[in-house]
Amino acid sequence: MNDLSGAIGYKDVALAVALVAVGMVISRVRGLGLEKDMAVATIRSFVQLLAVGYVLEFVFDGHGVTSIAVLAVMVVTAALTAGRRARAVPGGAVIAGIALGAATAGTLGVLTVLGIVPVEARAVVPLGSMVLSNAMISAALVMTTLRDDLAGARREVEARLSLGQTAHQASLPWHRRALRSGMLPVVENTKVVGLVALPGAMTGMILAGAQPLEAIRLQLVVMYMLLGGNAFAAVLAGELTVRRLFTSDHQLIRDLRRKPA
Amino acid sequence: MGDRFEYVDVRVDGDDGPIVEGFSARIPSQGLTVMVGPSGSGKTTLLRLLNRLDDPDAGAVLLDGADVRSYDVLALRRRVQYVSQVPVTFPGTVADNLGEGDHAALLQRVGLAPALTGREADRLSVGEAQRMCLARALALGPEVLVLDEPTSALDTESKAGVEALVASLAADGLTVVMVSHDPEQTARLADHVIEMRK
Repeated sequence: MNDLSGAIGYKDVALAVALVAVGMVISRVRGLGLEKDMAVATIRSFVQLLAVGYVLEFVFDGHGVTSIAVLAVMVVTAALTAGRRARAVPGGAVIAGIALGAATAGTLGVLTVLGIVPVEARAVVPLGSMVLSNAMISAALVMTTLRDDLAGARREVEARLSLGQTAHQASLPWHRRALRSGMLPVVENTKVVGLVALPGAMTGMILAGAQPLEAIRLQLVVMYMLLGGNAFAAVLAGELTVRRLFTSDHQLIRDLRRKPA
Repeated sequence: MGDRFEYVDVRVDGDDGPIVEGFSARIPSQGLTVMVGPSGSGKTTLLRLLNRLDDPDAGAVLLDGADVRSYDVLALRRRVQYVSQVPVTFPGTVADNLGEGDHAALLQRVGLAPALTGREADRLSVGEAQRMCLARALALGPEVLVLDEPTSALDTESKAGVEALVASLAADGLTVVMVSHDPEQTARLADHVIEMRK
């Protein structure tokens, strides 16, 4: 069977840049002003992925412990990114770090303990990065939604507190909504998978010469893993965010009561 | 007669400097105490310290002689019921808002028809909603009622009704603390006055 693994050289990558050039011409002609961003994106993707490629080659060469180090670096980077997106939440990066670390470790733990995937860098690192990148978006969404909604509803939240409700009870309707908004995109994606888009892991395997059904079984594991990992990250991020937005005496933190600037 | 609350040299910081500073006052346990003063003088800020929606940055607030921070905060908030300036209704019916308790009696006590229990709370007029918020507060059996300008969102007619209600609650033995920016209202209602300066 003719597959594409090993068939693509740097020459082919260089030729593919022609497609970027098409995009840049369009941007230029229509006055979109995106040429520079496209050039930067092209160069960055090349450098970043090449660097990751070398790291992965090194990790897969049997340096087992390094895969944990690689995942740790990814978690920290994702946490900083999510924390920056949710910068209005005090300690956002720490919250994201805990949520993402636990979600990634927990999901990979379940997959390996049940023997669904082997404990090998080749399996654990890419799967971990998929959990992580999805969970990062979810966690950031939960954190920002929760913070903004509680700030917007602070009069109602304080009315509930005034009736003797705990911080948890008083924030429940908004907490629930934030979790839904953080988890819904993955749920929706999972519903239409195969109908709207052929997902990445599967496409990759098919391009590399795997049988479609083989590829689909892996993809199903990936999707279910993402559903679980996302829910885990969303719940943790929501819980920790609520704790940071109230004092231990069930008061909204002053920052939330400030009038929007 | 004793004091219910005492502010002791209280300072509360805002974004740019203190909102109130070096504030001391007593709130007697009997009757209706009105805090009066221009807007921006920190009346609402001071009220929020009574049920610990906020804490002072310096000084203390005493309830029955002990720092409010020494009580369990959730129990404190049930004893000291706070009703905000603009009525906040929760989703659902009036009955949902009132929670447990004898709804008909509660509504009657605040001058609302018991038939309103089934009404969606967001379909009440502002005056009715403000009374319902009072009923919701009374449902918890508080010793103190803290009201932040309870009539400022109301028209003249509902205003007179709510004023009469508040006065009758104070006469029933509740400690009532109320904020007003209206000197005439203060003169009509107050048993005790705390005057604020900007």
